[in-house]
Amino acid sequence: MTRLSIAPASADDARIGGFLDRQKRRVDAMPPGMCPLAQQLTLLEEGALQTCGKCVPCRDGLPQLAGMLRHLVDCQADAAEVERMRALAEMVRDTSDCAIGYESANALLEGLDAFAAEVESHVSKHECQRSVGQSVPCETFCPAHVNVPAYIALVAQGDYAGAVQMIRKDNPFPTACGLVCEHPCEQRCRRTLIDAPLNIRGIKEFACEHARADQVPVPKRLPATGRRVAVVGGGPSGLTCAYFAALMGHDVDVFEGRKQLGGMIRYGIPAYRFPRERLDEDIRGILAVGGITVHTESPVDAERMAQLSADYDAVYVAIGAQTGKGLRIDGTDAEGVFSAVDLLGRIGDGDYPDFTGKKVAVIGGGNVAMDCCRTAVRAGAEEVSVVYRRRISDMTALPAEIESAIAEGVEMITLQAPAAIEKDEQGRCCALLTNPQMIGPVKRGRPAPVAADKPQMRIPADIILIAVGQNIVSAPFEEFGMAAEWGEFKADEQLHAQMDAEALAARGADAFAGANVFVGGDCQTGPASAIKAIAAGKVAARNIDHMLGFNHTLDCGVTVPPAQPNDRAAYGRVEVLERPARERKNDFDAVEVPMSTEEAMQECGRCLRCDHFGAGACEGGRIQYA
Amino acid sequence: MLNITIDGRALEAREGQTVLEAAREAGIHIPTLCYLAERSAIGSCRVCVVDVEGQDAPVPACTTRVVDGMQVQTATERVLKYRRMAVDLLISNHGLDSTDYCFSCVKNGACELQAVAREVGVSHPTFPVAQMRKPVLDSNPFLRFDPNLCIACQRCVGACNNAAGNHVLQTGKRGVRTTIRAPFGPNWDATICESCGNCAQACPTGALVEKRRGLYREWDTHTVRTTCPHCGVGCQLDLVVKGDQIVDVQAADGPSNDGLLCVKGRSGSFDFVNSPDRITTPLVKNPETGEFEPADWDTALDLVARKFAELKEEHGGESIAAFACSRSTNEDIYLFQKMARCAFDSPNVDNCARV
Repeated sequence: MTRLSIAPASADDARIGGFLDRQKRRVDAMPPGMCPLAQQLTLLEEGALQTCGKCVPCRDGLPQLAGMLRHLVDCQADAAEVERMRALAEMVRDTSDCAIGYESANALLEGLDAFAAEVESHVSKHECQRSVGQSVPCETFCPAHVNVPAYIALVAQGDYAGAVQMIRKDNPFPTACGLVCEHPCEQRCRRTLIDAPLNIRGIKEFACEHARADQVPVPKRLPATGRRVAVVGGGPSGLTCAYFAALMGHDVDVFEGRKQLGGMIRYGIPAYRFPRERLDEDIRGILAVGGITVHTESPVDAERMAQLSADYDAVYVAIGAQTGKGLRIDGTDAEGVFSAVDLLGRIGDGDYPDFTGKKVAVIGGGNVAMDCCRTAVRAGAEEVSVVYRRRISDMTALPAEIESAIAEGVEMITLQAPAAIEKDEQGRCCALLTNPQMIGPVKRGRPAPVAADKPQMRIPADIILIAVGQNIVSAPFEEFGMAAEWGEFKADEQLHAQMDAEALAARGADAFAGANVFVGGDCQTGPASAIKAIAAGKVAARNIDHMLGFNHTLDCGVTVPPAQPNDRAAYGRVEVLERPARERKNDFDAVEVPMSTEEAMQECGRCLRCDHFGAGACEGGRIQYA
Repeated sequence: MLNITIDGRALEAREGQTVLEAAREAGIHIPTLCYLAERSAIGSCRVCVVDVEGQDAPVPACTTRVVDGMQVQTATERVLKYRRMAVDLLISNHGLDSTDYCFSCVKNGACELQAVAREVGVSHPTFPVAQMRKPVLDSNPFLRFDPNLCIACQRCVGACNNAAGNHVLQTGKRGVRTTIRAPFGPNWDATICESCGNCAQACPTGALVEKRRGLYREWDTHTVRTTCPHCGVGCQLDLVVKGDQIVDVQAADGPSNDGLLCVKGRSGSFDFVNSPDRITTPLVKNPETGEFEPADWDTALDLVARKFAELKEEHGGESIAAFACSRSTNEDIYLFQKMARCAFDSPNVDNCARV
């Protein structure tokens, strides 16, 4: 009889645990521009090495598949070998005993389909597609391709104004992005290999804190070209286009329907996340270029749009996604039911609601829902709930936003789908009725809720805020002749608006009408992020310049500091703190406390300067425009 | 009883039976390789995969239990293809070149992998594998392990651990390098391996074999079923006979041995048969010369009977004791004690089988 032991079955399991974190970080830091088949190979080889050695398909099949895939990665495989690989992968998928085998083969089969073009390139051209090639991660994943390593180096030198100028080379909203950007730049930061991604947004916030955007001089405007550009929509996308077009010497008129500039970063983001005076710093910086004439409270209808297209050399349409989506349930007409964007829009113009003593329910799980619930807390609500039909982990809001809302006392009522709104005799809403859900099968990569066998729930509510998405007011522009699908304008990758020949003919316009119209931002992509809208504005300005026969280059006025050797010691990531919840929930003042100088310097010191070290130094390793 | 169909044939199966067991009982053939009844059913080779109505992927017949209403197809296009691939993967990794493609393998003709490959239609390996020349372990006087030929089916491990209960053979190296840790190397005699050879009988290939297999080819021999002469347990075995020589022993499925043999039964109980030193006639000592001389059975038996009768008459039956050889069958010993008690009138009966 074997005696029992308290020793772990394998002493190395615990040690492996420590290295798994490294392995995860290696995966998290997968460089942009990798050959997708190389990624598939590492995934497959990992599966092959995990085999226990029992079953033939996994033990003998996966190494064979890995050999074939390596052959393909090396551009040595022909189409017949790819077919053999598929046939073997199907056998491994269908006959492996456990998930180590079948999921490895399943991933390979799906990968071969997902990357069919890359497979074809390897087989027939014996090379990767042209799009394969590594580049600097932060710069690549920033939609506006801001030169991140450069401005971090400038902050490290203490040149905060230089950092703001460097950011503005690609993005005239440094303050907005310092405070509210969803920071895609951080997602594959190479520093992750050592410890964690840099807090890039926090560093930008720090720079703008110490060098205000309206105090840092903008570059001198290039000589006037005599060309006129109309921008429809004074949000981040329109103003970015205006900024760059004006810098290039074009005269710009911005037509904004509301009272003030800023679009959704004024009318959609609450002041506690982005104080208005900070937004005004960015806007003053942009307007300081000169040559930009702003027309507020100037909505553009079809007729006006036709006029603009005729009168101006180019038009950029960036009207955003401004109206709230409704819910198809009974009782949405009750008094006390609002769309999230209406509420946030009114606040944008200083009309703060008073929810004192009210019970507020917010429907939705995105960032707008978090903005609404946290606003409701500050408006004095007695209790605030977020009602969402999936789980907290399925919410599209940033995790930090959810955490902050909970800290401020918001109750997350999850797995409840709105069924109806209950009204009292006066027609005021008094409760939200919900149907319980349970989380079910994954559909299109996301677990989907299904009706649960539980009783309906009644959530008492005097105010119900609906934050389930936004729509685009596309009708006037469609009438003008712009093509749209589901309300989103169609454009090519250069953002030339696609015109609808039938609509043009219907209003008697000639077939060339609209050839000078560009369109971008939320109204072209559907509701997305500020930085994507900013990126579109920059693309539009560049391409308008090109269409007008120019090829202006812009000098941001600062040079990139030389790279210092990497500090390879592992550090923790400095997070940006918020004021204590018990304080901040009582006012609309900024919640974030920017990094201290000491913190910012440590954070900057972690930057590995991928612009200098590694592929960033190679031809094609950067995404930069002069 | 559970009602199932296999290839459209309605069958009754018992609760707890596997698809393979139900099929075999009904005389429906499903090829197997790693499966060894009551020894090893780990479902590793996937040669016995079958399609079951309502299941996305085929399942191994050897590890899948029948459920009521199950509809099994043993020969769909898909399972035939997958079986071929599984066997292809195996023979690609089977070190074929190390045995000159079966010619020099001692199991040629008796190899189950060879038979299954032939059955499913695999005539040559299609997957590239690096040439293997791992050292062969052959210090054990009876057994040899050639890792180059091992397909890691683990039947030997099941035979050693689940059936013989010896817990000597283990898998080693794990993962894609999985192999069998066989204690047949230079320090074989320092291990607890009893060389019983049940592993070799379980091995479907030429990887783990009794060395004497090299002295014959399967097709040169015939077998004779007999009872092991080594002790009273009565193990059933098949003598493998080539010409007039016994060349090997294989365990048969007898009621007392269940397909197993010990080292004595398998390797110590037949090679004396053709020994020139073997006594083939009774010998009677010549009182004048003091030498044993061949005699016929009647003479010898008369002599023995007379002597015992004299002893009994002179000293009484209790003066005689009957002590049987441990290498006697139960039946022989039974008759022997009968003789002692009835003919000798002696209660003194014993046997040396104490080891």
